[in-house]
Amino acid sequence: MIKKFFFIIFSFIFLIPNSFGEEKMQLKKQNWTFEGVFGRYDDVSLQRGLQIYQEICSACHGMKRLRFRELKDLGFTEDQIKKYAETFEILDGPNELGEMFMRPGEPSDTFASPFKNKEEAKASFNGSYPPDLSLLTKAIKNGPDYIYSLLTGYEDPPKDFELTDGLYYNPYDDGKVIAMPQPLYDDAIEYIDGTNASLHQLSYDIVNFLNWAAEPELEKRKSMGVKVILFLIVLTALLYVTMKETWSRIEK
Amino acid sequence: MIQINKRKKIKSTKDRRNFLKLTTTSMAAVGSAFAIWPFIDSMNPAADVLALGSKEFDLSNVEEGSSKTVKWRGKPVFIKHRTKKEINDARKVDLSKLKDPEKDEDRVIKPEWLIVVGVCSHLGCIPLGQKSSDTKGDFDGWFCPCHGSHYDSSGRVRKGPAPKNLLIPKYKFINENKIKIG
Amino acid sequence: MVKKFKNKTLAWLDYRLPIFSILREALVDHPTPRNLNYWWNFGSLAGIILVIMIVSGLLLSMHYVAKADLAFDSVEHIMRDVNYGWLIRYIHSVGASMFFLIVYIHIARGLYYGSYKSPREVLWWLGIIIFLLMIATAFLGYTLPWGQMSFWGATVITNLFSAVPLIGDNIVTWLLGGFSIDNPTLNRFYSLHFLIPFIIVGVVFLHIVSLHKVGSNNPIGIDLTLKQEKIPFHPYYTIKDFFGFGVFFIIFSIFIFFLPNSLGHPNNYIPADPLVTPEHIVPEWYFLPFYAILRAIPFKLLGVLAMLGSILILFVLPWLDTCKVRSCRFRPVYKQFYWIFIFNFIVLGWVGSKVPEGHYLIISRICTTYYFVHFLIILPILGMFEKTLPVPLNIFRTSKVKKN
Repeated sequence: MIKKFFFIIFSFIFLIPNSFGEEKMQLKKQNWTFEGVFGRYDDVSLQRGLQIYQEICSACHGMKRLRFRELKDLGFTEDQIKKYAETFEILDGPNELGEMFMRPGEPSDTFASPFKNKEEAKASFNGSYPPDLSLLTKAIKNGPDYIYSLLTGYEDPPKDFELTDGLYYNPYDDGKVIAMPQPLYDDAIEYIDGTNASLHQLSYDIVNFLNWAAEPELEKRKSMGVKVILFLIVLTALLYVTMKETWSRIEK
Repeated sequence: MIQINKRKKIKSTKDRRNFLKLTTTSMAAVGSAFAIWPFIDSMNPAADVLALGSKEFDLSNVEEGSSKTVKWRGKPVFIKHRTKKEINDARKVDLSKLKDPEKDEDRVIKPEWLIVVGVCSHLGCIPLGQKSSDTKGDFDGWFCPCHGSHYDSSGRVRKGPAPKNLLIPKYKFINENKIKIG
Repeated sequence: MVKKFKNKTLAWLDYRLPIFSILREALVDHPTPRNLNYWWNFGSLAGIILVIMIVSGLLLSMHYVAKADLAFDSVEHIMRDVNYGWLIRYIHSVGASMFFLIVYIHIARGLYYGSYKSPREVLWWLGIIIFLLMIATAFLGYTLPWGQMSFWGATVITNLFSAVPLIGDNIVTWLLGGFSIDNPTLNRFYSLHFLIPFIIVGVVFLHIVSLHKVGSNNPIGIDLTLKQEKIPFHPYYTIKDFFGFGVFFIIFSIFIFFLPNSLGHPNNYIPADPLVTPEHIVPEWYFLPFYAILRAIPFKLLGVLAMLGSILILFVLPWLDTCKVRSCRFRPVYKQFYWIFIFNFIVLGWVGSKVPEGHYLIISRICTTYYFVHFLIILPILGMFEKTLPVPLNIFRTSKVKKN
């Protein structure tokens, strides 16, 4: 009986979640600090990731669900966040004359999109839309490993491969081509904290940042999970003993 | 001897049972309380509402003698740049004549800036007096058109059904030209 | 036999509205077979998860906005800004999967121990009605986040109604409130998603009333006539149910806190785009077996009928299974077919997530055929020809028999 019970649970846990979509290329699996039962974010890496986002990615990609005030998770103070927000121009209005106007950003504002709307973005890139990055790591299967593989996966196309203008070869993407030119290179930016900005480091840091942007609650969720499950194990053990004690009254 | 042993055994079984019941029940009760809390807390103001709970306002474009209305926590706030005359008039008032006695000095941080929540303490209408064309009532402050309450240049009620003075929100000066309310 | 309440206030109230004596009869005194095993925990588990879904859903509804251009953002607002919003959202989304897992095991118990046989036919029917209402609720609820899978899953399933001859297209337009899935659809799906769980509560109430009228089945499937064969529900089964809750909450928590998105589809984190169809449109895992049956049959109307039929056939199960013996413990031949049926159902679920082409299509057709063969051919024939083991007269004689 128990064997069959576990068979059902086993097939449930392992069969069903893996049955969505096929794997095309073997992904380059990385050791992410946020993975696993005790997963946490590396604040320093997140700060570097923010720098990469701002200096490279924000030219085309929005991050519209992230608010400046949430950067306190990265270790910034309220003052630092206020000053950082003020470097951005935010569209606001209408004022008393009915006009829209630009004003310096405040901590409660979100990162703006570089384009007014999706249509403007598509028009600038021949119909391709650079997706908003706020939820990207959750919107793709094995998001972090996939994005890392994609960013480090650009290579020259094989000889007999016909590459259309405006597209670039990347074996990790659908159809092996992608409209985004390689965004990260060795030393593409100079890290403020002086870390060596290799392609691996840049890709690693930006993926960390993107995962945090998609799942800011991760640390709280996992630490709460450990406490809850430990508590439940103790309580369930107590319930089991109480149950046995209660049933022992029935002799037969 | 055997009889006493049997009774002891029964009693210790009963004790064990009671102990188990007590421990299990209290642990389950504590667990339930912790489990219910997130559901209750989710009804408290969310992070974006709390973030807008305090706001900064620029005073540099409010000229002396004029008053600006801003929105804070969904309510109007009157930022009045008072003239020397308005300040003196407010300080000369005999406190015993006030329905809600308050010294003007206690209602401001810097005397030339009066910050009040623009909601009448009677039944919640927004008093007139912000625009230069508005009537300021009999006491050179604000006049509530709904039921005829008059407020003075310190926002204190002087005539009419309002029971309390206009509320002073919690605020502080960030620098010469900026205040943070809330 | 009505016990009097010692507390005077309770007695006064109970005389005028006998809610306390009804509760006491149902939850405390109710004579329950003493040999129930852990497969009998899944009814109360289903009850507690229903309560959890309603409470979490209610709290989500305080922040959710059912407007096409705001729905996705409102869910993200819950995840990021609302205190513990992420927790309540994950409880609700994981809870839906848990609800179906529990109910599938609950149904499997019924199939194994013959709980659908006389005199429990109506009890069984009420259960199927609850299952159908759950399916409706889950489908409606999945649309609400307005992700890509929400939108396209809803498009596919509502389009099925166009299979109805003559008036099919009119039905689809009526359901949608428009010409495609859009605001009117979202609004009415929200309103129905809010309502149906309370209908489920009503049917669950009837389900329990019916159960208490005929009494619980038991692992050896015999009618219990001796007084000693039954024990009061409290404290024996209350504590056993609480233990079951404990085990369940541990599994539930593992998913909520560490694997919250593992049972869902990543595509639903992309806002709905009517101009972009996702690569594979797949429903949530608990619908996959029926999705497989639907797509196994090449003709639209037949596919829809087969999908519906696969559930509706359960209503006539008490008459399809002609064997007089209830429990699989004493039906060694049927027991083998039972496990083959379960395995077949799981394979149907697996193939439902694949594209219906090539060998996947062949497998889905074999499994769909087998599904109906099990009910329409195997069960009736087994009933007539199976050599069952001797059924004991009472519980106590089986204590020496090895447990399955």
